[in-house]
Amino acid sequence: MEIKNAVAGTLESGDIMVQIAPGEGLQVDLQSSVAAQFGRQIKAVITETLTGLGIDNAYVKATDKGALDCTIRARVTAAAVRATGKDVWKD
Amino acid sequence: MMFVPGNNPGMMADAHIYGPDSIMLDLEDSVTMAEKDAARLLVHNALKSIDFGGTEMVVRINPLNTPYGKKDVEAVVKAGVDVIRMPKTETADEVRELEAEIIKVETELGCVGRTLIMAAIESALGVVNAYEIATASKRMMGIALGAEDYSANLKTQRTPGGAELLLARESIVVAARAAGIACFDTVYSNLDDMETFRKEVELIKTLGFDGKSIINPRQIEVVNEVFAPSQKAIDKALRIIAAIKEAQAKGSGVIAVNGKMVDRPVVIRAERTIALAIASGILDKEEAL
Repeated sequence: MEIKNAVAGTLESGDIMVQIAPGEGLQVDLQSSVAAQFGRQIKAVITETLTGLGIDNAYVKATDKGALDCTIRARVTAAAVRATGKDVWKD
Repeated sequence: MMFVPGNNPGMMADAHIYGPDSIMLDLEDSVTMAEKDAARLLVHNALKSIDFGGTEMVVRINPLNTPYGKKDVEAVVKAGVDVIRMPKTETADEVRELEAEIIKVETELGCVGRTLIMAAIESALGVVNAYEIATASKRMMGIALGAEDYSANLKTQRTPGGAELLLARESIVVAARAAGIACFDTVYSNLDDMETFRKEVELIKTLGFDGKSIINPRQIEVVNEVFAPSQKAIDKALRIIAAIKEAQAKGSGVIAVNGKMVDRPVVIRAERTIALAIASGILDKEEAL
């Protein structure tokens, strides 16, 4: 799937900024103040969300500000939709 | 009903902690066009994952005649939202169009009838058609006034006394009562003027509204204080309901409490007093039974 550079999310508390760019395989670069405790889980949510959308090759830079898993999923999906131009809704 | 911007995950996650009766996640006016797609995904995922503690969840979608409205419906119905708030409603046909979109998604999910509708009335035409809107669908749970757009449409502006809103407010209450659904007043945006806010809440309670839309948790306490019945009123209502139950058990039709005859309107008022006392958290549900 062709990927363009795209970004979604903010740097506000409780949010995560996700930048997607073309890449080989799935490579996630995470910055988070809770990386030591939750870094592995945050990366897992990011890669699972991308795989679920059929994206297996991308470079992702994520700057986390304490986002819940549902927020991570939403921001990764939004960035992926913008990067691929393929929406997840029907209409 | 507390308004929360649909593109702010921090506010969304915390909103229920303050104890509003319902939370309205907004995909319309508080979200820029460039962020409509991201907000829709955020609201969808939040509704599916966050435990809002049983708080009624409402989402204000974008109008169906925009590129966003139908996608909003799909996203929030799939996430199991309780109520869709339709903005700028002017005719019953618009409600039926929304209902058809909801049915499409619910049919796919196998849950037809799950999602309720609230219509926001925000124009002179909407006020004129309030009853038709309120009765346009069995899913209608309430109608609400949106005063900023309404005032602009009237070619006037909002004032502290709210004279410009009086006809709209009364029309909405009357239409809702005639239709047997709820009615909600508009927001008051000046958080630095709690005195005028309190007066506005007192006014709309007197007019018959079921509740007030709010934009900040600081406003919850005032609304609850104004809407909460007095202890004297609660005690009287409990006596009336107890007497009614006793009379029904005995097969008696007419009853008296403290020497006064209790007829149907008195019972209805007593039931509403108890419901408000429970909703305000000053009467335990079990105590009322």
